[in-house]
Amino acid sequence: MNITLKLFATFRQDRFKIEQRDYPDSILIRDIVAELGIELEACGIIMVNGRHALPEAPLKNDDTLSLFPKVGGG
Amino acid sequence: MKDCLQFIQKRSAGSQVAQSVLAEAVERFGIGWKQCEVMALEHGLLPGRYQRNAKMLDVSQQLRLQQSTVAVVGCGGLGGYVLEELARLGVGHIIAIDPDRFEEHNLNRQLLCLPENLGQSKALVAAERLASVNPALCVQAYCTALDADNAAQLLEGADIAVDALDSIEARRALGGGCQKLGIPMVHGAIAGWFGQVSTLYPESQMLERLYGSSDGGKGVETELGNPSFTPALVASLQVVLLGDSLPGVG
Repeated sequence: MNITLKLFATFRQDRFKIEQRDYPDSILIRDIVAELGIELEACGIIMVNGRHALPEAPLKNDDTLSLFPKVGGG
Repeated sequence: MKDCLQFIQKRSAGSQVAQSVLAEAVERFGIGWKQCEVMALEHGLLPGRYQRNAKMLDVSQQLRLQQSTVAVVGCGGLGGYVLEELARLGVGHIIAIDPDRFEEHNLNRQLLCLPENLGQSKALVAAERLASVNPALCVQAYCTALDADNAAQLLEGADIAVDALDSIEARRALGGGCQKLGIPMVHGAIAGWFGQVSTLYPESQMLERLYGSSDGGKGVETELGNPSFTPALVASLQVVLLGDSLPGVG
């Protein structure tokens, strides 16, 4: 299935801003995070189609997965 | 008190009363600014300073803002802008909390930080600024680090808290305090070109979702820095969410 990946802030470094990738139907968010070489603990906000999602959540064709690192400044 | 009300009513222009009239009433009748402003609002008179709010907030919403207590935790990048906007919007009571003093590296973005107040307490500088912006605003300033032990005590009386902190650990303490008191918290955080805002209700587990397994410390702002425009933007969005969450205002 086709998934659009959007990366933000430091996750873009040495990766990309936006990319489309093809994955098997059984893939979970956490699998994609691992494939990107991102530690799950480094993720702050995880969104699918603009809504919060858990790492264990499955995806469906044409979903957009957005990953943000932890942001703590003020 | 009745004399004071009559004085204000007689000098009002339509449904508005000028700052100069309120100042004269404060002086002549020896009442506080806040009391004077509440009296005007309770009788349907909008203090002139809020006339540009009037298309968005009616007199009852303005009164509700005046009767609200907002705790702003952190008086730095986010906090400086949040405090300024709340004071001008017409919030009546602010609890400003920050243990730090201004340092040179705050000058690029922190609204309250000026060359002449480097070394001064952020919370006390905030109190001084707020008093000069809006005399009808009551400010409690605490030069204290909010932690898990004192959070509920420092936040006591607040209708809502604003997270303008710069550490994940302190955010957890604030979240705990808000949960204990059953009040919402408007979260904001920044790093470089990025920022996030959200209203966190006491029953939500959102803070855990955002920062889950972090062992305290900081986020990616340590790598990305903080320019002047990101805190201004995120703080303004926090004020919008805050207004939206206050009963009788949003």
